[in-house]
Parts: sequence; structure tokens; C-alpha cells
Amino acid sequence: MGSIHQDALPGVIFEEYALLSVDELSRLCAVDKTYIVELVEEGVLSVVEVSASEWRFAGSALRRARTALRLQRDLEINLPGVALALELMEQLEVLRRELKVGR
Amino acid sequence: MEFKDYYQVMGVARDATEAQIKQAYRKLARKYHPDVSKEKNAEARFKEVGEAYEVLKSPEKRAAYDQLGQGPRPGEDFRPPPDWGSGFEFSGAGAAAGHADYSEFFESLFGAAGGGARNRRGFDNGRGQDHHAKVMLDLESTLQGGSRTFTLRVPEIDAEGRLIAKERVLNVQVPKGILPGQTIRLAGQGSSPGPGGNPGDLFIEVEFQPHPLYHVDGRDLYLDLPVAPWEAALGATVKTPTPGGPVDLKIPPGSHAGTKLRLKGRGIPASTPGDFYVVLQIALPAATDEKAKAAYRALADALPFNPRTALGV
Repeated sequence: MGSIHQDALPGVIFEEYALLSVDELSRLCAVDKTYIVELVEEGVLSVVEVSASEWRFAGSALRRARTALRLQRDLEINLPGVALALELMEQLEVLRRELKVGR
Repeated sequence: MEFKDYYQVMGVARDATEAQIKQAYRKLARKYHPDVSKEKNAEARFKEVGEAYEVLKSPEKRAAYDQLGQGPRPGEDFRPPPDWGSGFEFSGAGAAAGHADYSEFFESLFGAAGGGARNRRGFDNGRGQDHHAKVMLDLESTLQGGSRTFTLRVPEIDAEGRLIAKERVLNVQVPKGILPGQTIRLAGQGSSPGPGGNPGDLFIEVEFQPHPLYHVDGRDLYLDLPVAPWEAALGATVKTPTPGGPVDLKIPPGSHAGTKLRLKGRGIPASTPGDFYVVLQIALPAATDEKAKAAYRALADALPFNPRTALGV
């Protein structure tokens, strides 16, 4: 089977349809459920309310949780530190865009 | 194989204390962390620093490494001595989880990532492991969709139980309208759990290559368009590049530098597509020849104009 001449694999934008439970998100991040709960409690992840009975996350939570996880593991910072780093990185991203776009 | 000077990589002296090494590592790790750094070679540098720290932080590995001396000059061929490693006991053998990318130099000295027992999680429920990757996309792929070929490095455990990085070439239909920071999901392209189970998925995080003309802001695109002073002052119709091809753009009279003109719906596609913004910049013709100088002088004579009134001078 040629790997290059195969038909193109249909890709879908994960963020556009995904609505994740705590179970799914923890499985996708390969972490324990309690870690996801900690991220919510620290305000790193926000819950999209659909039903009061169970938490649901937007698809974008996957990337955010994985980034938090990497920062925590690689730089050995605690959760409040991770939350702060993520917020500052977002602000930096906005400023970078404005620098390019605005004038 | 290339000798690696781990002290040089970390920017510390050969007699640096453990504390100094840790401090240097922390600083470099923050600087080159791929999530934080925008430097081009950040990921490679981060791995290099991680590898150096892996050796220098462990007293046993460091002592063994120091025995090699300075090695051959950097870049020269290196072979570990035959008595390498004798008399040392490497505790916690091998490398930290998640590193498939140790250099050949590291692996010849300390072995590969330390046995096939790692990384086996995720095979629960008969479902294979998900894989994650990152790619750079050109702007055109989100505007038009279409297939792109990605070359991914996939960590794999070989027959001898070593963790190796294998190249995998994938032809992917890029979904139209994807934005930087979003993820392409390819169902069933992760690891296979063996017969009977469902394979995991492949998640590809997308970033955009900088475009030579357009800036991206959300779904909107921006173009800086140079115009002549008289085009801005008097109005004009000028050729403007857009992702869909050049268009004739009407510049209204009385425009100035920074005037924003909007082409609705010509940004990144979606159910409500983004817009295309043209930001005017005034370009001045150079006054290099006599004719141009005369024209500027005539303009100066004709127009009483002080561009600095707002500055109070």
C-alpha cells in the first residue's frame, strides 16, 4: 500500500463539533479525571453548561488542557502558575496580532 | 556520531554545582519551551537542553560523562570507549517519558528510553492510543480546502523494545475554514490496539505559516496597501491582491494613511465568513531627479500645509 498516493484522509475541525465530558477529556489528555477537575477549579478550563447534571467542555479545552499539562510537566510549575502563564500567553498573542494588524 | 558538549548546551562551567545546573536548565526550559517560545528552533533547542539536563542532573551520568573528557572537537566523529560505563550504576535507567528524540550520542551512552514497558497506557477498553501532532499550514489551505501532505514523527517501540521516532507521511483533506489554534481530527489514525479493538484517533494541531501579504486576525484578513498621495487625496481605482485573485478597489477621495477599507465576506470561510480589510499606506515618490523635485516644490508653493499643527508647533 503506497502511503503517499492514498486518497486524502477526510479531516474535520475538532473544535467545531466536539462537546466533551470529563471522561472524554481526561482520556484524550491521558490524565486522571481529578486533574481535569483541578484545571476547572483553577479557572484554566471553563465548563460549557448544557445540563446541570454533567460537565461539558468545548473542543478547544483539549488543546488548552494539553498545553497546561506540558507546562506543568516540563517547567515544574504549579497550577496557579500554569493558569497565570496561559493568561499571559494569551495576552501576548493578542498584542502580537495587534502589532501586525493595527496601525 | 557527533559528540555533544552538554556543558556548552547548558551554558555552564564544567565544575558547575547542581544548583547552578538546575538554575540554568530552568531558565533555558522557560525560554525554549515550544508552547511559550516563538523562536524558530525552539523545539529542537528545548530537546537539546532537556537531554543535557538529563545527563548533568544525575550524579552518576554526569560522572560517567565527565570521564569522556572534552571529547573530540565538536562536530568530529565520536565513539564511546570500550570500557564505557563500567563502574557506574545508572539509577532510573533510560530517559524520562515522552522523549523519543534523544540524540544518537545520548543513546549510545545511556541507552534508549529504557525498555518497552513505558507508554503502554491508553490500551484500555480495547481502544488504541490517540496520537497528537502539530503542523504548519499555509493560508491557502484554509481558504480553499484541498489536500495537503504532512510528514509526522511518530514515536514507536521497535522489535528490541527501543523507543524510536518513525516518519509517517499522511495525505489529509484540510477542512476549509480551519483557524490557527484549531485541531484536525482524523478518526482511526492513532495506534491500533491489536485485533478486535478500535484504533485511536490522530489530532493535528494547526498553526499558520506567516503569509507574505496577509495578516490573520480571527477570521479576518488584513492587507497593507501602498497608495500614492494623489490616489489617497483624490480617490482612485487601484489593483489590489486578494486571496481570490486581484480586484479593482475603489479608494475614496480624502483617504489617508491608516484608512481601512472592508471587502465583506472575503476573509476565512465559514457560515459567517470573515472580512478582508485593506489598510492604506501612503508611499512617497522619491525626489531623485529634477522633474520630481520641481513637482514637490510646486506642491509646496501651492499648499500651505503644516503637518505638525497637532504638536503645537
